[in-house]
Amino acid sequence: MKYLDEYRDARIAHALAAEIRQRSTRPWVIMEICGGQTHTLMRYGIDELLGDSVDLVHGPGCPVCVTPLETIDRAIYLARRPDVTLVSYGDMLRVPGSDTDLFHVKAEGGDVRIVYSPTDAVELARAHPDRKVVFFAIGFETTAPAHAMGVLRADRLGLKNFSLLVSHVLVPPAIRTLLRSPNNRVQGFIAPGHVCTVVGCREYEDLILEFRVPIVVGGFEPVDLLEAIRMLVIQLEEGRAQIENQYVRSVHYEGNRPAQEAIARVFEVADRKWRGIGSIPGSGLFLKEKYAAFDAERVFDLTDICAQEPAECISAEVLLGHKKPTDCTAFGTRCTPDKPLGAPMVSSEGACAAYYQYKRHLVTL
Amino acid sequence: MPPTINTNAISLHSEAVSNDESKDLAAFSCPVPLPARERILLGHGSGGKLSADLLRDVFLPALSNPVLDRLEDQAVVGLDGIRLAITTDSFVVKPLFFRGGDIGSLAVHGTINDLAMGGAVPLWLSAAFILEEGLPFDTLRRVVTSVQQAAAKAGVQIITGDTKVVEKGSADGIFINTTGIGRVRDGVSFSASQARPGDVILVSGYLGDHGIAILAEREGLQFETQVNSDSAALHTLVAQLLEATHEVRCLRDPTRGGLSSTLNEIAASSKVGMELVETSIPVREEVRGACEMLGLDPMYVANEGKLVAVVAPLAAQDALRALQGHPLGKDAAIIGRVTAEHPRMVVMRTSLGTTRIVDMLAGDQLPRIC
Repeated sequence: MKYLDEYRDARIAHALAAEIRQRSTRPWVIMEICGGQTHTLMRYGIDELLGDSVDLVHGPGCPVCVTPLETIDRAIYLARRPDVTLVSYGDMLRVPGSDTDLFHVKAEGGDVRIVYSPTDAVELARAHPDRKVVFFAIGFETTAPAHAMGVLRADRLGLKNFSLLVSHVLVPPAIRTLLRSPNNRVQGFIAPGHVCTVVGCREYEDLILEFRVPIVVGGFEPVDLLEAIRMLVIQLEEGRAQIENQYVRSVHYEGNRPAQEAIARVFEVADRKWRGIGSIPGSGLFLKEKYAAFDAERVFDLTDICAQEPAECISAEVLLGHKKPTDCTAFGTRCTPDKPLGAPMVSSEGACAAYYQYKRHLVTL
Repeated sequence: MPPTINTNAISLHSEAVSNDESKDLAAFSCPVPLPARERILLGHGSGGKLSADLLRDVFLPALSNPVLDRLEDQAVVGLDGIRLAITTDSFVVKPLFFRGGDIGSLAVHGTINDLAMGGAVPLWLSAAFILEEGLPFDTLRRVVTSVQQAAAKAGVQIITGDTKVVEKGSADGIFINTTGIGRVRDGVSFSASQARPGDVILVSGYLGDHGIAILAEREGLQFETQVNSDSAALHTLVAQLLEATHEVRCLRDPTRGGLSSTLNEIAASSKVGMELVETSIPVREEVRGACEMLGLDPMYVANEGKLVAVVAPLAAQDALRALQGHPLGKDAAIIGRVTAEHPRMVVMRTSLGTTRIVDMLAGDQLPRIC
């Protein structure tokens, strides 16, 4: 496939890996933020190619994983209401809430639909004026513009039966929390290419000024990630800390202005709880007062629905890169994708699930 | 007149339960009750782990017998010195008509293929139609004509049938069940439990065509594709393979759940590992592209006209040539081998030369959000 196979080319990948191994004088600790990148690293066994030259730890960038338990419980409550059609991205349906998941609610008769785009949810609301259509809007900065456009479109159409259950999180505040942690080991970051396509690179420069840590914006294919790692290793070896862009075919320094404007029109920033980590200041997007009529939290008054996370899971340490999934005593035994104890095992992009799915044969359980 | 077969053998699909587990299950005398709040999910029909759970927890404890417990795609029973293969399958595909086929031809091909994978020559089929109130006559006629044409082309007869009509909303247009009877060739005995370390794994052609052709026509997923369903009857391909070699250990058609589920079932049943070579697995460019776009893995996408063969090491080249010499197997390839290492796990040698697991899916494959 053109524009894809080039970035999966074994010859180029091996050459990059060899250069990383040769340049690296110590096992630099590098974190990729995005779950999509974690998925690629595991699926292609890039850790195997690099050996001990780099210590790859995996970040909190799986939106499905970090959506708080109580938000999932709220989605489940809504899906069980006879007047509601709950619309979601597919991989949210299997994520367990406190006592069930959306697949089971669907089987009980709940009206749960899978879509690829929030505009499909707006169309559903338009076609079924008798149903209250709630779109489960999760994700990082990547999905926020499409969700904002959904609200703007519903507003333009004058829809009274469309709302968003918002669970939007932002990447830079999470990196800041991680770097401020006394246990932090991470020496360089691969920033999420899709997020930066929207927001650009500026926010990451602030992090570099504050923490003197190199950040390379990376893509999602094996060659992208190896090239990003090579760029980080060169910076680390030379004692530099700069923002660099490996994913030039998608990311511009300024990002995508119209997308940023759509986000700014509809959403505002406030503190947000992350599953497995806790509350992070200024890390969430919420619907502005002007669009309160599209906010499912307010339309349905969901504040009474709260939940406690299981205590035995070490997900905070995994999501912050202090530990690897395989350091957990429950990994692959008491905690599996079928019966996850915590956030990183629930979605295929979570670090624990990626290790379980692709690397189990190399681990003694 | 065809013989009337009276047997308790029932052929169920989704065979991921290992032999050890099925032995343990034989000890149960009644169905194990599931917790009251559990319900059937769509994933229980996906051919993955949930389907296997259903067999293990509900069907086998209640219905266990030596023929059923083998959990092959078809039951093989003896009658007056003749070995008969019997299989049954229900078809609920949506939409009813798709690029490269329809529910009628699919219902014929699917059941013929389950007989063929047991080394049987398909002879007779039954066809039962469940029709939804309000279905246009024209739709039914088109489907029945397709059943007739597919059966005639494959050289089998539909010798009995049934029709039921249910209230509007109780079915989705047409559901079809077909049961097939075939005669197992002398000296042939395939089983998912017969794979041995060193054996070679082949597939008969491009993977994922059927699943992508169906997905392309699903509501809400409008994308243009030139991919046709591979729906086809495979018994003549099997015949050609068996003429070339007697060293076939196991044949399976990787339908729902895709190649990955089929190989995991064989690995579990034979208590062996498998190592696949990613670059050797045939997937069309269009199917790869659609999978990239939808966040799917072709290893899990359904096929309706492909077979997987596990053959003895020395027979591999003969088997490959035999498959490639048939129109339905011209793109056949050797994709890996059976290993003694990592038993019950299917491991892929990636395009970068590293390794990863190819796991069985829990339920349906879900599109990822980013």
